[in-house]
Amino acid sequence: MASKEIVSPLPGTFFRRPSPGKPPYKEEGDRVAAGDVVGLVEVMKTFYEVKADTAGLIVKFLVENEAPIQAGEAIVALDV
Amino acid sequence: MSIRTLLIANRGEIAVRIIRAARELGLRTVQVYSAADAQSLAVRLADEAVEIGPPPSAKSYLNIEAILAAARQSGADAIHPGYGFLSENPRFAHAVEQAGLVFVGPHSHTIRLMGNKVAARFAAAKAGVPTVPGSDGVVSESEAKNVIETIGFPIMIKAAAGGGGRGIRVAHDLAEFERLMPMASAEAKAAFGDGELYIEKLVDRARHVEVQVLGDGDNLVHCYERECSMQRRRQKVWEEAPSAILEADRREAICASAVALAKSVGYRGAGTLEYLYDEATGDFFFIEMNTRIQVEHPVTELVTGIDLLREMITIADGASLRLRQEDIAVRGHAIEVRINAEDPANGFLPHPGKVERLHVPGGPGVRFDTLLYAGYTIPPFYDSLLGKLIVWGEDRAHAIARLQRALHELEVAGVKTTKPLHHALAEAEDVRAGKFHTRWLESWLDENAARLQEAGSGLGSRSGAGLAATRTRQEEGQGR
Repeated sequence: MASKEIVSPLPGTFFRRPSPGKPPYKEEGDRVAAGDVVGLVEVMKTFYEVKADTAGLIVKFLVENEAPIQAGEAIVALDV
Repeated sequence: MSIRTLLIANRGEIAVRIIRAARELGLRTVQVYSAADAQSLAVRLADEAVEIGPPPSAKSYLNIEAILAAARQSGADAIHPGYGFLSENPRFAHAVEQAGLVFVGPHSHTIRLMGNKVAARFAAAKAGVPTVPGSDGVVSESEAKNVIETIGFPIMIKAAAGGGGRGIRVAHDLAEFERLMPMASAEAKAAFGDGELYIEKLVDRARHVEVQVLGDGDNLVHCYERECSMQRRRQKVWEEAPSAILEADRREAICASAVALAKSVGYRGAGTLEYLYDEATGDFFFIEMNTRIQVEHPVTELVTGIDLLREMITIADGASLRLRQEDIAVRGHAIEVRINAEDPANGFLPHPGKVERLHVPGGPGVRFDTLLYAGYTIPPFYDSLLGKLIVWGEDRAHAIARLQRALHELEVAGVKTTKPLHHALAEAEDVRAGKFHTRWLESWLDENAARLQEAGSGLGSRSGAGLAATRTRQEEGQGR
């Protein structure tokens, strides 16, 4: 098994839920397929979906919900 | 003036604009700011600055308690809300009034009345102002179907508590309506805390015409119209005054209707009444009133010579309206384009970052209202508006020529902006001929995508592959 990270392509604020009051897209321990949404990045009042580019198992979220992030920062650690 | 210290409860270019107006009136200025805005131009220009919270707007610019505390701490006796954020929040206006401070805007009752789009439609009907055919107030799904039998498709499903282009769904047939109506209600509930909906006929190929008014509660004047038909995702991109196509009798009729409606609610301050204008028939329909200063106010200032921010503050201070209708005339033509931190070559991907170099255009008839300075790092937390390039010319063709000249001079190095879009628009035949409507720009963008990509190529554009903007999440503040 290899490790891989899902990185944010944009700077902004990271959200794990599609909207307040809804459950998170994914939890630690969940499996993802390529193209699955793992969170949203809000940049300048616009929301972008962050997708897994490969299938794998979510080991850990490296960024807290609603935390500021930089472009290129790792969001999720995956086992692939 | 009895106001001595004005607190600015906003950020960005409008905060700078308010500080300028206040200083010209001899007022002391207090700028509130989030932790992300400590280096902002407004903070630098104000006499005093007070930090009110962390970067997210919900915890800073939308935090009523923190703003009132900043006002107490700094000895402010008036608050200007700008646009977006808390500017049309009746609870905020009421809290300011209760705190014994002056709210630079209408009374909280007026904001509450006109902020509910259904109540505003009723007020319009009562004042004899035409509204878009639709339901008499909020409706259930079955009531909506009865209305649709009369007005026909396509229709818009709108949130009673929405506004600024938010909370709108379009249905073209019954199946689509039945699918969207419950979804729209759930979304409105989540976004605005109120799931009530109403129905309006979709006026196809309409133009967006809006009338600026100024009132002191008793007297009311209009400052003619602006046209803002060039929109992308219901956000205005390019605005003009006067409208490129409105004929004199229609102009008089639409402005008179705006005065009648604003007068009927005893309007105080600066406000804007938005209309859809059907060019084919000459019919106009009131859609909503914005009870605040608008982003595009400078085009009105350039053609009338009126300083709208100055008037707002003096009216809030208790002065009667200085202007009579016969004092107000339009001279020449003004155009404003929004310079946003977005990459038009790459799906309008937002592009915060550091401004390495800045050159602001100058010369006759050119104004640039901006939050930028060289070396400034644009934070990712707020909307993408960096500045507004506004030009005045003797006529529309002259204004477009000046716009092209000024765009050529403008340099914002280090971030992607919408400048290339405006260059292309200023050359577009339909734009030059004034032939556009509210959905013109989106189809033009589809047709000209390759050209915009070319204009932006070779400049190290950030890859947007695999990114899809989503608007499902509740957006806060900045609805304008």
